[in-house]
Amino acid sequence: MFARCVAQFKPACFLFLWLTLITGVAYPVLLTGLGAGLFPAQARGSLLEKDGSVIGSALIGQPFAAPGYFTGRPSATAPEPYNALASSGSNLAASNPALREVVEQRSAALNETRAGAAVPMDLVTASGSGLDPHISPAAAVWQIERVAAARGLPAETVTALIARHTEERLWGFWGERRVGVLGLNLALDAATGQR
Amino acid sequence: MIVTDWLQWLFFLAVLLAASWPLGLYMARVYMGRPCGLDRLGGALERLLYRRSGVDAGREMDWKTYGLAVMGINLIGIVAVWAVALLQGVLPLNPLALPGVDPFVAINTAVSFATNTNWQAYSGEATLSIFTQMLALTVQNFLSAATGMAVAAALIRGLARRETTQLGNFWQDLTRSVLYILLPLSLVLALVLVWQGVPQTFDAVIEAHLLEQPAATAPAPDGTTAAAPTGRQTLVLGPVASQVAIKQLGTNGGGYYNTNSAHPFENPTPLTNFLEMLAILLIPAAFCHTFGAMIGDRRQGLAVLAAMTILFAGFSYLTLAAESVPNPALAGIGVAAGPSLEGKEVRFGPAGSALWAAVTTAASNGSVNAMHDSFMPLGGLWPMLLMQLGEVVFGGVGSGLYGMLVFAMVAVFVAGLMVGRTPEYCGKKIEPFETKMAALVILIPPFLCLMGTALAVVAGPADAVSNPGPHGFSQVLYAFSSMGNNNGSAFAGLTASSPFWTLTGAVAMFVSRYWLILPVLALAGSLAGKKRLPQGPGTLPTHGPIFMFLLIVVVLVVGALTFVPALALGPVAEHLALFRAN
Repeated sequence: MFARCVAQFKPACFLFLWLTLITGVAYPVLLTGLGAGLFPAQARGSLLEKDGSVIGSALIGQPFAAPGYFTGRPSATAPEPYNALASSGSNLAASNPALREVVEQRSAALNETRAGAAVPMDLVTASGSGLDPHISPAAAVWQIERVAAARGLPAETVTALIARHTEERLWGFWGERRVGVLGLNLALDAATGQR
Repeated sequence: MIVTDWLQWLFFLAVLLAASWPLGLYMARVYMGRPCGLDRLGGALERLLYRRSGVDAGREMDWKTYGLAVMGINLIGIVAVWAVALLQGVLPLNPLALPGVDPFVAINTAVSFATNTNWQAYSGEATLSIFTQMLALTVQNFLSAATGMAVAAALIRGLARRETTQLGNFWQDLTRSVLYILLPLSLVLALVLVWQGVPQTFDAVIEAHLLEQPAATAPAPDGTTAAAPTGRQTLVLGPVASQVAIKQLGTNGGGYYNTNSAHPFENPTPLTNFLEMLAILLIPAAFCHTFGAMIGDRRQGLAVLAAMTILFAGFSYLTLAAESVPNPALAGIGVAAGPSLEGKEVRFGPAGSALWAAVTTAASNGSVNAMHDSFMPLGGLWPMLLMQLGEVVFGGVGSGLYGMLVFAMVAVFVAGLMVGRTPEYCGKKIEPFETKMAALVILIPPFLCLMGTALAVVAGPADAVSNPGPHGFSQVLYAFSSMGNNNGSAFAGLTASSPFWTLTGAVAMFVSRYWLILPVLALAGSLAGKKRLPQGPGTLPTHGPIFMFLLIVVVLVVGALTFVPALALGPVAEHLALFRAN
């Protein structure tokens, strides 16, 4: 038994080191090279720039509070919402009374801006990552009135912007229809000539 | 369930079955040492590795030597990950200047990644440097997957060969699994992921100035999310795509980020969601065809695949159905009716999240694209039961097949008891030794799950659980079901970073991996030594519908008998209370 252990010890150590070099160094480095060559923007995080400074990533949601912006989904990251250093969901159970409480608060607050209409589910529930960049088309449409009034834009203009920023399901059935909030808000700024 | 839910479910199953066929036959060529195409490209590298490492690839091993080799490289892996995690503060590629990982969390993480569990007691972006992610975790993603695949190949050889003690050469099986199967698939998948937006860079930290600056301090319309007071967002990048690709293909599941594949950088589009799900089940499903091809009877592999597929189709359907039911607790408070989106991402929706939950728990993957903790009670129950069945419904790469083959031996044993004959599987007599080893493989994981849960409830830290009522118990049960079956997913509200959880978890993960691998190898050695019996009139054909039915029943009955009482206290009680109260 001891002799067998000794005989396998050398291959175990050396193969471990060699496979570490192949899978832990060569593989990611090769892929980084390929990514930088073929898809440079995506490989660097799909960053968006405005006036020369990075304003975020097209894939990562941001907090919006002003009435002239579309708001994204509630975020459960700590210590502040949309903290990209600590992605997190709320992990509140469906049966947890705290879930109903916080959803009710959010729903009531949103209803102050538009009384009477039931709030779309995605505007009152926290996303899984806390960084969800999208809302549903219904959630965007729900906010048109408020955004158009705050911006002094006709509702049709805002509706058209939403349509342009709506991504369809893949192959017609895979995934969900969605609106990228950051892109939509940038387009709003452009439409009103705001910085 | 709406029409698109059905379409997504059916489409996924169809593509999975279609893709597993050619890959399985290709993998059989790899393990039988036949030309597979890629060996022309990588043959020189393979031989160089053997020469430099002192491997005599032509020399086969008996089960004890094979087991020693498995344990050797796995123990080295555990020590290496632990050391790198502790020392990352003084190692390079640490742009956030993160300190060394807490030693208990580091032990847990080391065992977790070596055992193919990838339980996350850490939070990726906030705890681990690029060096640790690449040289410790990505490497273990490959090696732990290849270990499982090699052990499965050895068990298949035990069934295919006769009157020999030799099961193949572990170093060769390990190296070939990495070079010819895992690495090429990972490269292709990772490249598609980068195209779709998954970062792959060494520029790790980007400071962004948010579009809306906090100067505009209007009250938040939803009342809870105030504007970020800093007006900034720190984006953590890194070599993400390379790790995400192998974490799915190797059924590892440990994310680059805390929220795993719910994070838009790990899983940015519906297309990546589809490909990552496919990658999770691809190799485990293909292994059934590999098995059939290697023992020279394709129908045997198809029977096992059919049993797995039927079980998976059932459980994934139940999960989808459970998640399409609106949460009654959210009714009557001015919210539009519909399935809950708490913990889910808009781009995946309830269906994409529920299907993923079934996929990741059927395989011993454990990556998540939604927070299972916030699922409906029954939406959490089915994934939990999928883990508790022993990770044999596709299961982990390699480990799913060897687990299911052990269940097949139990099934022929049960059938033999019913008709009073010696049970046989693939022409091999199943005798007391085989039955004992099979019993170990089947009983150890449930023992760990239930004992771990009991211990945590009695002696664990009281503040670990984050939700009240039966769901709190579900969080504990889910955690040990996950660690005791090398899955790695979690009801993530549980605080698992205390020494109690990291240490008991490490023990559960270690035992449920290696105390299964060693009996499986012993079983393989014993089977290899037997004669192959010709089929007689009393032989139960193990490729027909009767056997498939029997196999499914055995898997379900063993799982149900063991776990129904515990499940009744957790998700079932929660479901009843939730729908009664509202």
